[in-house]
Amino acid sequence: MLGGRARGPRARGRPLSGEPLLEVRNLTKRFPVGGGLFGGAPGVVRAVDGVSFSIARGETLGLVGESGCGKTTTGRCILQLERPTSGSVLFEGRDLTTLDETALRDVRRRIQVIFQDPYSSLNPRMTIGAIVGEPLAVHRIVPEAAARARRVRDLLSRVGLLPQHARRYPHELSGGQRQRVGIARALAMEPALVICDEPVSALDVSIQAQIINLLEDLQAEFGLTYLFIAHDLAVVRHISDRVAVMYLGRIVEITDRKALYDDPLHPYTKALLAAVPIPDPEIEAGRPRIVLGGEVPSPLNPPPGCVFHPRCPIAVDRCRRVIPDLREVKPGHWAACLLA
Amino acid sequence: MLLEVEHLSTEFATRGGVVRAVDDVSWDVKEGETVALVGESGCGKSVTALSIMRLVAAPAGRITAGRVLFKGRDLLALSEEEMRRVRGREIAMIFQEPMTSLNPVLTIGRQMTEGAEIHLGLAPPASRDRAIELLAMVGIPDPGRRLRQYPHQFSGGMRQRMMIAMALACRPALILADEPTTALDVTIQAQILELMKDLSRRFGVAMVVITHNLGVVARYADRVNVMYAGKVVERGTARKLYRNPRHPYTLGLLRSVPRLDEPRRERLAPIEGQPPDLTRLPAGCAFTPRCAWRVTRCPVDRPALAPVGDGEHLSACWEAVHVGREREAVR
Repeated sequence: MLGGRARGPRARGRPLSGEPLLEVRNLTKRFPVGGGLFGGAPGVVRAVDGVSFSIARGETLGLVGESGCGKTTTGRCILQLERPTSGSVLFEGRDLTTLDETALRDVRRRIQVIFQDPYSSLNPRMTIGAIVGEPLAVHRIVPEAAARARRVRDLLSRVGLLPQHARRYPHELSGGQRQRVGIARALAMEPALVICDEPVSALDVSIQAQIINLLEDLQAEFGLTYLFIAHDLAVVRHISDRVAVMYLGRIVEITDRKALYDDPLHPYTKALLAAVPIPDPEIEAGRPRIVLGGEVPSPLNPPPGCVFHPRCPIAVDRCRRVIPDLREVKPGHWAACLLA
Repeated sequence: MLLEVEHLSTEFATRGGVVRAVDDVSWDVKEGETVALVGESGCGKSVTALSIMRLVAAPAGRITAGRVLFKGRDLLALSEEEMRRVRGREIAMIFQEPMTSLNPVLTIGRQMTEGAEIHLGLAPPASRDRAIELLAMVGIPDPGRRLRQYPHQFSGGMRQRMMIAMALACRPALILADEPTTALDVTIQAQILELMKDLSRRFGVAMVVITHNLGVVARYADRVNVMYAGKVVERGTARKLYRNPRHPYTLGLLRSVPRLDEPRRERLAPIEGQPPDLTRLPAGCAFTPRCAWRVTRCPVDRPALAPVGDGEHLSACWEAVHVGREREAVR
C-alpha cells in the first residue's frame, strides 16, 4: 500500500526492487505517565499512533517532524528497543514484535543505528579500534584477532579515517570524525537497514555535507537501506527517495521526495516548508511568510478530530470532529487532511 | 556608532595550552541595525558576546586586549558596579537555552519585575503592570496568570518569548542574542524570529545575532561578520556577502548547505578537512588546510581584513579577488 514502488533507473544506480525490506503496520506506542509522587493524574501519552509505512531495499525514507512528534520513538519501536503497544514491524519477512530477545539479537545485526550525538554513544575508555572491533568479536563475525584488526582498518579507511585513528580515543577526535566512527561501527555488522537518527544535526555546517556524502556513497556501495530521521527539511530532501511527515504521533503526509517538496498537500507540511529560512537575503526579503501560530499540543491530551486543527490556517468545523485518514489523494501521494 | 569592538582579544587557559578564542577582532553596530556574527562552534562568536558583557569566566578566561566602546564609553574600563548598570539596562542578552538563565525556583513575575525595579526604579504595582504589558507584547496569552507560574510550566518557545520580554523590560539600546532559536523547532523558530524582527523595528533596538544558521542570518541581518578560528574573515552587508562571498570559508559554507529554493543537487559540496584546532593554529591563515584557493604564502602570512570592491565589503584572504570567480581550484 504505502510501499516504495519500483521506478525508473536511478541516478546513482541503486536498483529498487518492489519488495519492501521493512514494513511497519499500524504501529502504536503508548506510554503511561503520572500517577506517581508528583505525577498528578495518571494518563497515557500516545507517542506513536497508528503509523504505517514501508521501505524498499536500497531506498531512503526520510522521516521528518518537530520534537515530540514520535519520529525517534518510531525508530526505537522498529528496533524493539521499545516494545510497541500494538502493530507489527515486518523486517525481511519476520514480525519483530513477536520475537524474543534471543531471536532479536540476530536481527539487530541486520538493523544498525547511527545516533545524533556520536560522543554519547561511544565508550570514552575504549580506543576507536576497540569500538569498531568489539561487535565483530561479540557477534563472531571476525573472530580471529589479526583478521579483525585488518577489517577495522578497512572500515576506518572506508569512512574516511586513517589507520592511526584506531589507537585514539573518542575525545581526541572532532565531532565529524566521531560520527565517522559511529558509521564504521554500524557498517561492521553488515546491516541491511540503517536507522539514521538525526545523524548530522549536532555537527558543524561545514561537516554535515561531508557526512551526508559519505552516507550516500556507502549506500551505493553496500546497497544499504536507510530510515533517515531528521528535522532539517533541506537535508531530508537531499538524501531521501520518499519522505514521511509526522505530527503528534501520526504520519500526516507521505510520498516521493519530489511530490512532497514541489506539491505538498498537507497544511502542516506547507507550513514547515515555509518556515525554513533560505540562505539568501534577497529571496528572504520577498518571501511570503506563513507563520504557524500556537504550539504543538500535548500528546497527553491531543485535540479531537484532526490533531493539527488548532494550528491549521485552513481548518473548517468538520476538522474539529473528524479524524482524517491517511488517504491516497494523488497516485502515490498520501495525506491525512479532509481538505486535501 | 552604538557599539565599536576594537582589537578585542580573549584568551582561555586550557590543558592543551593558551587558546586565543577571540583574536584581534574589530566590528561595530549602528543604532537600530541588526548585525550577525556567524560561524561554527569554536569560532569565537559567543566568546565575543560574553567579552562585551564582561562575563568571560575568570580565571581560565580573560580579555587580554582591545576596547569595547558602547555609546563612546569603553566597557572594559568600567568598574564592576558601573558594568552592572549596563547589563540588562542598556545591553540585554538572550541565550540559546532560556532555562540556564532563568531561576527555576522563582515565579516568572518575580524574575520579570526585578530588572524594572532595580534599573528603572519602578514600584511593585507599576513593575507588575509593565511585566504584563511585556508578556502580552511577546504574544504570551493570559499574562496575568502566567506571572504566577514557574519557568518549568512554560514550553521552550514560551520561555524564549519570556526571555525576549525580559530583555526588552528596561528598554535597552542593544540586545545580544546568542543562538536564540537554535533549540527551537522550525515553526517556533519562525515565530520567534518574526517577533524579534518586529520588536527591534518597533522600538529601534539594535541587535547582534550570533548564529551558525545561514538561513537565519539571511532572513534577519543587515550586516554580517563571518568568524573562523577567532577572527572575522569576512564582513559586509548581508546582500553583498551572500551574493558575492569573497572569502573561501564563506563561499564554502554557502555552497555546502542544501537549499529548498534550488533544484536538488546530485551531490553536496562540503568544505573538506576538519575544523581548526585552536591550540595548533598555523602562523598564517587558519583556513589554509581546508582551502581550495590557497597559495604559497597562506600558511605563513596572515591576511588582514581588507576592502574588496567597495569599502563596506571586507575579506581576510590573499586571493579575495579570485574567490567566487569560477576558476579551477588551485589544489
